[in-house]
Amino acid sequence: MFRHEQIEINAGLLIALTLVVISVGGLVEIVPLFKIPSTVEAVPEVRPYTPLELRGRDIYQREGCFYCHSQMVRPLRDEWLRYGHYSLAAESRYDHPFLWGSKRTGPDLARVGGKYSNAWHVQHLIDPRSVVPESIMPAYPWLMERELDYGDIARRMAALRKAGVPYSLTEAEYRRNVERWGKAVADRLDIRRAEEALLAQAEAGNYDGDRRRLTEMDAIVAYLQALGTMVDFKKYGEAYFVQFR
Amino acid sequence: MSDRGADKGRGAAVQTTGHAWDGDLQEFNNPLPRWWLWAFYGTVVFAVVYWFLYPAWPVGRDYTKGVLNRVTFQAGGETVTTHWNTRARLMLELQDSPAARRQRQYLEKVAAAGYDEILADPDMKGFAWSMAKGVYGDNCAPCHGSDGKGRIGLFPNLADDAWLWGGTVEDIETSIREGRQGFMPAFGEALSERQLDDVAAFVLSLSGHEVDPEAAARGARIFRGETGGCHYCHTREGTGLKSQGAADLTDRIWTVADVPGRPTLAGKKEEVKRVVRDGIRRTMPAWKDRLDPVQIKLLTVYVHELGGGR
Repeated sequence: MFRHEQIEINAGLLIALTLVVISVGGLVEIVPLFKIPSTVEAVPEVRPYTPLELRGRDIYQREGCFYCHSQMVRPLRDEWLRYGHYSLAAESRYDHPFLWGSKRTGPDLARVGGKYSNAWHVQHLIDPRSVVPESIMPAYPWLMERELDYGDIARRMAALRKAGVPYSLTEAEYRRNVERWGKAVADRLDIRRAEEALLAQAEAGNYDGDRRRLTEMDAIVAYLQALGTMVDFKKYGEAYFVQFR
Repeated sequence: MSDRGADKGRGAAVQTTGHAWDGDLQEFNNPLPRWWLWAFYGTVVFAVVYWFLYPAWPVGRDYTKGVLNRVTFQAGGETVTTHWNTRARLMLELQDSPAARRQRQYLEKVAAAGYDEILADPDMKGFAWSMAKGVYGDNCAPCHGSDGKGRIGLFPNLADDAWLWGGTVEDIETSIREGRQGFMPAFGEALSERQLDDVAAFVLSLSGHEVDPEAAARGARIFRGETGGCHYCHTREGTGLKSQGAADLTDRIWTVADVPGRPTLAGKKEEVKRVVRDGIRRTMPAWKDRLDPVQIKLLTVYVHELGGGR
């Protein structure tokens, strides 16, 4: 007959069975999210970050922006009214790691792309209170002073490619990207021409307003302006997204 | 083994676990209270019922959706009924919560009314003011300031009487809906330092500053001639063309050059020269994809009321 005492007096068995019991909850809740295709929205226009946006994202992480800013609009009425459409799972598919955050000392940034002009972002990052007097955000003036280091951009992209992000390293991969997102986007996602693409985007966008220099400000503003802009929500309609929950 | 019932105060009915430490230290094995046990069984029953009612178990590449709870909402003119989920619940709340219904009455009224009617009706105007204040606070205040005063050099003041792109409700609505590209070419290469001095003197003279009349006269020729060509956008009189977003230089209101911020005439001239030399490149984003037409209408009323709209 089974006696609980057998488990209690046998440390190895106790550990093994404890692990079995506590992993049930985790496995039942987490594994299906990877295995059930109907939980991730099919929005093929979501693309990986361009080399310049990727460097901006690295700076976003370095400066710890995610401690105070979330990137996750939840399906709640007040968030919908303030920030816009709730975030989709598919919008984070190329994020390694996710920068959803868990605390909002500042506002959510998941839909900040295109909301303000580049000049506003530059001024606000250099001196937040000069544009928003009630802000408690720290100033990041060095972003405008520091040259952007992009020497290892190809290696950064190659590492993400190993994690499943479709940056192209071969001609076949490049052609697949052209099919998915068109040539202009695919050119920016090609590891072999990463530096070229980064410089071209910075030149065309002139995000920091200073054409003479390529600064960290260029990269982070390019990243912020891309956030939450990839999905054209008008194209799908709300009945579509509801199926995925 | 154990010495059952050794604890005389509790009587012999209470079992011990049978362990003994340090010779006589024992552990009671009391049965769980009956109410606790039934509450536990109750939660088990609750969970099983819940599995059937709500989305619960993963099955293969899909999951059980629950049988009872359905959510019905409107999407693109159609009625959609779906299993219980947070996204559908949000849609329902946006469309049918008491707050949304109350707000909708007003929104429909505002959508149907012209600007004249809204401005004439205290009830609708009050609604526009209070709702637009929230929309403004989140979308416009970061640049233009919560008081609408903007920031000289970067973001235009909405609370004064000067309107770069026009101050009628129609103009304001277009500015919000389509955005604006504020542009003035840089004259740093086209004009010499001396010519820049002269143009700055003329520009300052337009708003009544006491400048060297000869320099101003030379500046006027550059301004009104082909050398500078300033008059194409600012007009010969310097009053500016709204269609180009070109500032009225005669009204003593400055949006880019910080003339009021400089106490000396030399400083004021330096500010004007800086703008002529470097040009202007400012962007107001387009809001038509982010805000719906009624929100834009409410914002238009709000901005119009902020700064003596025309």
